[in-house]
Amino acid sequence: MGRFDAYHSKVLCDHLCEQIHRLAKRPLRLMEVCGGHTMAIRKHGIPSLLPDIISLLSGPGCPVCVTSPSFIDQAIYLAGQSNMIICTYGDLLRVKGSNGSLEMARTEGKNVRVIFSALEALEMARREPEKMIIFLGIGFETTAPATAAVIIQAKKHAIRNFFVLSAHKLMAPAMEAIVSNDIPINGYICPGHVSAITGTSIYKKIVEDFRIGCVVSGFEPLDLLQTIFMLVRQAETDRPALDIQYSRVVKPWGNQKAIALMEEAFETVDDWWRGLGILNASGLKPKASYHEFDAAEVFQIPANNISDPEGCICGEILKGLQLPVDCRLFGKSCTPENPEGACMVSSEGSCQTYYHYEHRR
Amino acid sequence: MNTDGKRIMLGHGSGGGLMHQLIRDVFFKIFDNPLLNSAGDAAVLPRRANMMAFTTDSFVVDPVFFPGGDIGKLAVCGTINDLVAAGANPFCLSAGFIIEEGFLVKDLETIVRSMATEAKNAGVFVAAGDTKVVERGKCDQLFINTSGIGYLADERTTWQQANPICPGDHIIITGSVGDHGMAVMAARNQPDNTTGFQSDCAPLSILFNELQDKSAGIKYMNDPTRGGLASSLCELTAKKEFGAAINEEAIPVKPNVKGLCDMLGFDPLYVANEGKMLIIAAYDKGHQLVGQLKQHPLGREACRIGTITRENPGMVLMRTKIGGTRIVNMLSGEQLPRIC
Ligand code: SF4
Repeated sequence: MGRFDAYHSKVLCDHLCEQIHRLAKRPLRLMEVCGGHTMAIRKHGIPSLLPDIISLLSGPGCPVCVTSPSFIDQAIYLAGQSNMIICTYGDLLRVKGSNGSLEMARTEGKNVRVIFSALEALEMARREPEKMIIFLGIGFETTAPATAAVIIQAKKHAIRNFFVLSAHKLMAPAMEAIVSNDIPINGYICPGHVSAITGTSIYKKIVEDFRIGCVVSGFEPLDLLQTIFMLVRQAETDRPALDIQYSRVVKPWGNQKAIALMEEAFETVDDWWRGLGILNASGLKPKASYHEFDAAEVFQIPANNISDPEGCICGEILKGLQLPVDCRLFGKSCTPENPEGACMVSSEGSCQTYYHYEHRR
Repeated sequence: MNTDGKRIMLGHGSGGGLMHQLIRDVFFKIFDNPLLNSAGDAAVLPRRANMMAFTTDSFVVDPVFFPGGDIGKLAVCGTINDLVAAGANPFCLSAGFIIEEGFLVKDLETIVRSMATEAKNAGVFVAAGDTKVVERGKCDQLFINTSGIGYLADERTTWQQANPICPGDHIIITGSVGDHGMAVMAARNQPDNTTGFQSDCAPLSILFNELQDKSAGIKYMNDPTRGGLASSLCELTAKKEFGAAINEEAIPVKPNVKGLCDMLGFDPLYVANEGKMLIIAAYDKGHQLVGQLKQHPLGREACRIGTITRENPGMVLMRTKIGGTRIVNMLSGEQLPRIC
C-alpha cells in the first residue's frame, strides 16, 4: 500500500460525491489557484464525478502562466551578455518572450542552465567565481523562501557574482483582484503548498469582505472532493468560511521560519499579472539592504512592454472567464509541443492540463 | 588481457593493432558465435519462407549501470522486443559501440558480457559489430546501437492484415508498468539507495516464442518503452475506428514505483518499460492468453486492463481509481531524458 492510498479510497470518494450531488442545488463556480490542484483534478477525472452545475475553474496559480513575456526578454538579454549564466527552473524554458524562449536562446549558444533548486545556483556561483550567475526567481510563496534563503546566504558569505532576477509573486492579491473585478466565483479551493508557508490569514479579506468561502485543500482525490463538499455546503447555506481541509500539512499560522526569510530578504512591489494587469503590492523584489544581489538593480536591462501572442486568451482563462477550448489557437497552432501562450507551457498550466486530460482529438 | 584499471584510448578505435586486440579479446571472445566468427565485412544470413522484420535502436542510458541491468542488456533486449512486437522471432543482431576515451575496459567487458548472456538466453546471435572511440567529452561514456532481424512466425506481413482489431477485444499488459524508468531515475538521483528498484529489462522473445502463431489470439503487440503504456495505447487508437477503455485500478504498478513517481511528479502510465508488452487479444481468446502468459516468469503479473470499444473512436478513456473518467493523451512536454 502506498503512502497515499487511503486518500484514493473509492468508497469514501463515492460517499462524498453522493453528498455533493445531494447538496448542490444551484450553479456554482469554484476556482483553484494552484497548478498542482489543476493537474490532480483532471488526472483523477474529478469533473466527471460532479453534478453538471458545478464548474471547476483554474485561476492564476501556475507560476509560469502568470510570468510576463517582458521578464523572459530580460532574462534572454542577460543570457546574451558575456560572462553571464542564467539559471532557471526547467518550467520557464519554453515560455515565449517577444523574440523566442530561453530554450531557443540556449540552442543559439546563450548561457542558460536548468537547475532544480536556488541553492544549486548559489553553488554554481561559488564554483565559477569568474562568471556572473543570475538566478531567475519565479513562483509564489512556495519558492520565494528558498530564493530569500540564498540571497541571505550570498550576503553572509560575500558572494559577489550571484544575482537574482525576481518575478516572485504573492498569491492573495491576485485572488482578491479576481473577486473584486466582479468575476463570479462561489468559492476558492486554496493552494496547499502556498498556505503551508503563509498560513491562512492571507485569505481573511476574501472571506470577510467579499464573502467568498476559502478552503485550503490537499492534492489527493479524497482531499479535493472533501474540499469541494465543504465549499458547496458553505455556498448552499450562505455561510462562507475560512477552513483548512489539508490540516495534516497546513497550520493556520503557517511556517514562521519561511515567512521570516521572506521578510528579511524581500519587499513587496506592484507587479504585472497576465489577465489582471498591475496589482498593488503583489510582487517580491530584494530589499534595499540586498540590492547588490538584485539583477534588476545591478544591471542595465532594457525595459519593454510586450503583450501576449495575437489570439491567445490566457488572461481570460486565468480569470475563469473562458475555457482553453474557447481559444481559437488551442490544439491548432498552440500545443504542448509548440506552445504559443504561457498557459500551454507548463504541465500545470490550464491549457496544457486541459489538452492532456480532456482534449478530444 | 588483464584489464584491471585499463582504459579505452583513442587508439582502440583507430583501425590499428590496439583495435584488433580489443575486438579479439573482448568482442569476439565474449560474443563467440559462428555467424560472427566467420564474418568478413558482413554477415551472410539464411533465407526463409516467411517475411523478415528489421529494426534498429540506439541506447544512451545514463547511468550505464542501473539496478536490474546495464546499457548492454538494454540494447539487446530493446531490439529483440521491437522484433517480438512486430510478430517476429528474433534471429540476429548487430551492435555498434561509440565509446568515450577513458572508459574502463573492465566495464566494457561487463557490458559486452551481459549482451552476450541476454542474446544467448533469447537464442539470438550477435552477427556483426563495430567500434568507434571519440575524445573525452564528445560522447558520455558509452553509446550502443543495435539493429535486429527476425522472421515472422507465419505467412502474414502485419498484425492488422492477419486479424483486424474489433470492439470487445481485450487489452492486456504482461506485468507492472514504470519499472525501468523509475529504476534509472532512482540510480541517477539516489545512487546509494536504489534498493527495491529493479528495471524490468528482459528479452520478451522467451515469453512469446510459443504464442506468436494465430491460434493464441494475439492481434497486436507494442512494447511500451519511452512514453510508457499511455503512449502505446494512443499510438494504437490514433485515427482508428475504435477506441480503448482502460481501468486504472487494473493496471499493475509496484508500490515503490508509484511512490517515486508521486515524489518526482510523474505518472507511471507514461514511464518507460523494457520488459513488458501491450497486447490486444481476440475477445474469445483473451482469458486463455492471460493464463498462458502467467505461467512464464516474465508474464506472471499479466492481466487484462481494458477493452477495445466502438465508442470514442481514436481515443483512450480511463476510468480512474475513484471512478471518474478522463482522457489519456500522448505524452507531451518533458520526457525523462536518457532512460534508454
Ligand atoms: S491555447 Fe495557447 S494561445 Fe490559446 S489561451 Fe491557451 S496558451 Fe494561449
